[in-house]
Amino acid sequence: MTDISTTATAGNVPTDAHEDTHAAHNPALLHHFATEEQQRDAASLGMWIFLATEVMFFGGLFCAYLIYRGWYFGDFAAASTSINAFLGGTNTAVLICSSLTVVLAIWAAQTSRRGLLLAMLALTMLFGCAFLGIKGFEYKDKFDEHHVPGPSFSFEHEPIPGHPGQYANPQHAEIFFALYFIMTGLHALHMIIGLGLFTWLFWAAWKGRFTPEYNTPLEMGGLYWHFVDIVWIYLFPLLYLIDRH
Amino acid sequence: MSIAAPIAPPVERENYLNKEYGVGSWLLTTDHKRISLLYLLSITFFFFIGGFFALLIRLELLTPAGDLVQADTYNKLFTMHGMVMVFFFLIPSIPAVLGNFLVPIMIGAKDLAFPRINLLSWYLYVIGGVMMLHCMLTGGVDTGWTFYVPFSTAFTNTKIVEAGLAIFVAGFSSILTGLNFIVTVHRMRAPGMTWSRLPLFIWAMYATSIIQILGTPVVAITIVLVAVERTLHLGIFDPKLGGDPLLFQHLFWFYSHPAVYIMILPSMGVVSEIIACFSRKRIFGYNFVAISSISIAVFGFLVWAHHMFVAGISVYAALMFSLLSYSVAVPSAVKVFNWTATLYKGSIRYDAPMLYAFGFLGLFTIGGLTGLFLACLGTDVHIHDTYFVIAHFHYIMVGGALMGYLGGMHFWWPKISGRLYPESWARLAALIVFIGFNLTFFPQFILGYVGMPRRYYQYPPEFQVLNVLSTAGATVLGVGYLLPMIYFLWSMRYGKPAPDNPWNAAGLEWQTQSPPTTFNFETEPVVTWEAYNYEELDAPQAGGPH
Amino acid sequence: MFDNFPLWPDRASTAAGNVDALFIFLIIVSGLMTALIFTTVVYFAARYRRRRGVLAEQIEGSTPLELTWSIIPMFVFLAIFAWGAVLYFKSRTPPRDSAEVYVVAKQWMWKLEHAEGQREINELHVPVGRDVKLIMTSQDVIHSFFVPAFRMKQDVLPGRYTVAWFRATKPGTYHLFCTQYCGTQHSGMIGSIIVQEPAQYEAWMSGGATGPLSATGEKIFAELGCATCHRTDTQGRGPNLQGVFGKPVQLEDGRTVTADENYIRECILDPGAKRVKGFQPIMPTFQGLVSEEQVNALVAYVKSLSPPLAAGTKTASAALPQDQDTNKTAGSQVQ
Repeated sequence: MTDISTTATAGNVPTDAHEDTHAAHNPALLHHFATEEQQRDAASLGMWIFLATEVMFFGGLFCAYLIYRGWYFGDFAAASTSINAFLGGTNTAVLICSSLTVVLAIWAAQTSRRGLLLAMLALTMLFGCAFLGIKGFEYKDKFDEHHVPGPSFSFEHEPIPGHPGQYANPQHAEIFFALYFIMTGLHALHMIIGLGLFTWLFWAAWKGRFTPEYNTPLEMGGLYWHFVDIVWIYLFPLLYLIDRH
Repeated sequence: MSIAAPIAPPVERENYLNKEYGVGSWLLTTDHKRISLLYLLSITFFFFIGGFFALLIRLELLTPAGDLVQADTYNKLFTMHGMVMVFFFLIPSIPAVLGNFLVPIMIGAKDLAFPRINLLSWYLYVIGGVMMLHCMLTGGVDTGWTFYVPFSTAFTNTKIVEAGLAIFVAGFSSILTGLNFIVTVHRMRAPGMTWSRLPLFIWAMYATSIIQILGTPVVAITIVLVAVERTLHLGIFDPKLGGDPLLFQHLFWFYSHPAVYIMILPSMGVVSEIIACFSRKRIFGYNFVAISSISIAVFGFLVWAHHMFVAGISVYAALMFSLLSYSVAVPSAVKVFNWTATLYKGSIRYDAPMLYAFGFLGLFTIGGLTGLFLACLGTDVHIHDTYFVIAHFHYIMVGGALMGYLGGMHFWWPKISGRLYPESWARLAALIVFIGFNLTFFPQFILGYVGMPRRYYQYPPEFQVLNVLSTAGATVLGVGYLLPMIYFLWSMRYGKPAPDNPWNAAGLEWQTQSPPTTFNFETEPVVTWEAYNYEELDAPQAGGPH
Repeated sequence: MFDNFPLWPDRASTAAGNVDALFIFLIIVSGLMTALIFTTVVYFAARYRRRRGVLAEQIEGSTPLELTWSIIPMFVFLAIFAWGAVLYFKSRTPPRDSAEVYVVAKQWMWKLEHAEGQREINELHVPVGRDVKLIMTSQDVIHSFFVPAFRMKQDVLPGRYTVAWFRATKPGTYHLFCTQYCGTQHSGMIGSIIVQEPAQYEAWMSGGATGPLSATGEKIFAELGCATCHRTDTQGRGPNLQGVFGKPVQLEDGRTVTADENYIRECILDPGAKRVKGFQPIMPTFQGLVSEEQVNALVAYVKSLSPPLAAGTKTASAALPQDQDTNKTAGSQVQ
């Protein structure tokens, strides 16, 4: 029947009696969840949905990029040749390694290896900083070569790969660089946010918050980090490897 | 209603309103019900700002000449009217107020999945709102709410970047609300609350949330691109620099079309609840109505370029988008038929919420049917960018979404506030809104077909009569909107205390206190009944129908 | 000339009657549906109002009914779609041998130039019964050329040509509106289409012409030194332009495009984008050195170097310059 306010059937959890039994469960369990499993499932689903929104966010940029790349292929190829694929490739390796250390960190938490956990978290952050450092170096290169879009942009007389005697249209090349900076810049911003996240995770790990029973924040942080990694894995070939032989 | 002494209930029970007092307890709350009231205040504020701009627009259009305000000011007025109404009123309205309040209770949960993110959502909305206010007060924007390029990136001197950022921030609020709802519906349903026992309002909120999370990020990145292009004079959209202005339109409408479904789906959910209650029966074709909500959300993503039939897209693209646009009309029609069929052999009462639902049925039907005219390539060439379009979307947004919102506010007011609103005044207001609305917007269909373009502040003299009719209607409509403001506020002090289930309605929310306690339920419910179990509620041993 | 209180726009073009027929059909369908819903709701609301002791009857649903009222509307919608699609196709396909008028929109005025050379500002004189094709571009932001009496509308974009056409059927003066918001004086960017009897039109034409647009283009062609490379023999460093308009062109990168208005325009302003196969990339760009009107004149001149186009040849539509491709056999864009 529909009258539920006085019946306490099996499976009901008296909500106001809850506070009295506070000590009986993990302090990390939030009040509005019935079980830790429900809380963990909710967090996981929430993070996946958030990552879906991020895919759509970057997706708009990728869409614009792919359209212009189709229209101005030669000019984009010329512009792509001028960015440093070696540094980009190194960054790709750095990020993949950092994803490995994230996974190891989570495994360490699941197996109560506090030392390894802290080491892997720190290593992840180190890789992240290395990525940003290399990126900064690349940006400086672009600045020096006047490839930053804006008043000081210059891309005169740059040959189109595979088409001797043909030179790239500077306006179209500027579109490439605009999208390059926006895409990698947005990615780097997400990286920085990730570093902030991991700083907090490191502090919480230091405080002993993560146990084999409860390491959801680590998992969620890990998901985010992997996502940032995957975005880069798409960005790298799209931006750096156009028409390279 | 008599203005006597404020009526307090004989013994005031503890509820979410009186549990704690103080500004801090409200501004730092994680209770979904308090957050919904915070939203109620903010969106009502922006509704009146947007409405004020609308009033000025209609006043200007009383005469063919541009004589009330200057051209630039008028352009800012319709831009700000659109931006405020779309992003700061319609999109949050039902989800953030009624959704926040009802979603957890309707499924038997103590709160949303992420209460702190819910509070963050509200703060993001407020920050975006303050940014928009500041933008308006320091000059505003004059691009139209659609801020097409290259006008918005290279030709206007108004504060595009600031307005864009305000919308960007408010967009995050929308995304987080949608995320919260989806996780809540998936993970927090009470035992026995299966998907097929969910109220149709929950199905509608779920479908809305899908659109919010997938669509909003695209307009976010579009705003970023416009802001970057504008500040750094890049050429992503500027044809002089090799860019494509149509790319902007595609990116913009990829979100902004689904956005209109964000605005109407929740209202449809409300209408389902109201019609079921005031007909005392289950909604006819529950499964079809539920599936229709999801179909509208999915198909809504496939039709965006029907805003671009004369924009310069290829004939083939236009054919495709026109065909797809008709496909999205079918689930909407199915819902209208199902609601109508629900009335058959019902036991119908004409309380104010039901009057709003009837209004919705009529006005949404007209608005939806006029969408067929616009989806049709042959006629769209003529009526695109005219007042016909304005009439069409106002029939849906105001005649549809806003009527649903008002109906919902009346229906759940006793639950939210613990007070009853004055019924005769509410019925009068519903009538005034209905009449005022039709008088305002029906002439605009004619104006559009005879050729009056959108966003015109001066027009040929032969269009004046229709414009005057429209403005007269707007004044009546304004009165209709003021009334609920007044009597809802009045009822908080002078209204009769509400019983827990004044309508004897089905749904878990009516099993709680009016107003509910902070954690909603004394004991977690175990659901063993189907949605809309009115035959049980009205059975003679339960006291019979009221 | 104008009614005091029109409830229906003038019908002054061949398209107008067709669009009105479809519109009226839609009104009838919508009216019937609205009447059906309204009367049903009112009837049910009255017939089934609450009565003491009478309970509502719980009805789960009816799948046959659901299918019926899904499928029947679907067919009606398909019919509406098909009818509309046919009209739309026609409106996007200018007939061959249309008289051409070049339109340049700018904030906040319309500049029009007939192929015969007459220039007009905010006004367009056309004869009754003649197909007129508008080749339009914008100098600044997006505008839209809207003539309610013709049921004709087409957005006018910067950086490319868009095309619209009509055939006027009734002499008179009709509103021209800009209907894509374009800034401060958007609502002032209006004008008139003046439809005249053929005799009157000829009289108007003969007063004050400055020579055909293509002649202006020829002059500019010479002044800018185009003939140095674009010679009429095979010795030129640039392609011979005789007979090139409307024909397929092989590009350096392997694609084939049609040499329509948009292509000629692009070659003038961005020569490297679609370089013709077999020629060196030496053509300088004239971006910033020629106005939109001058580009129009040059395009008209290049057109004049080709014989009048045969059926099946493609000219500028509203498609992007980037994807003009004869590999797509359109069939629709017949001049």
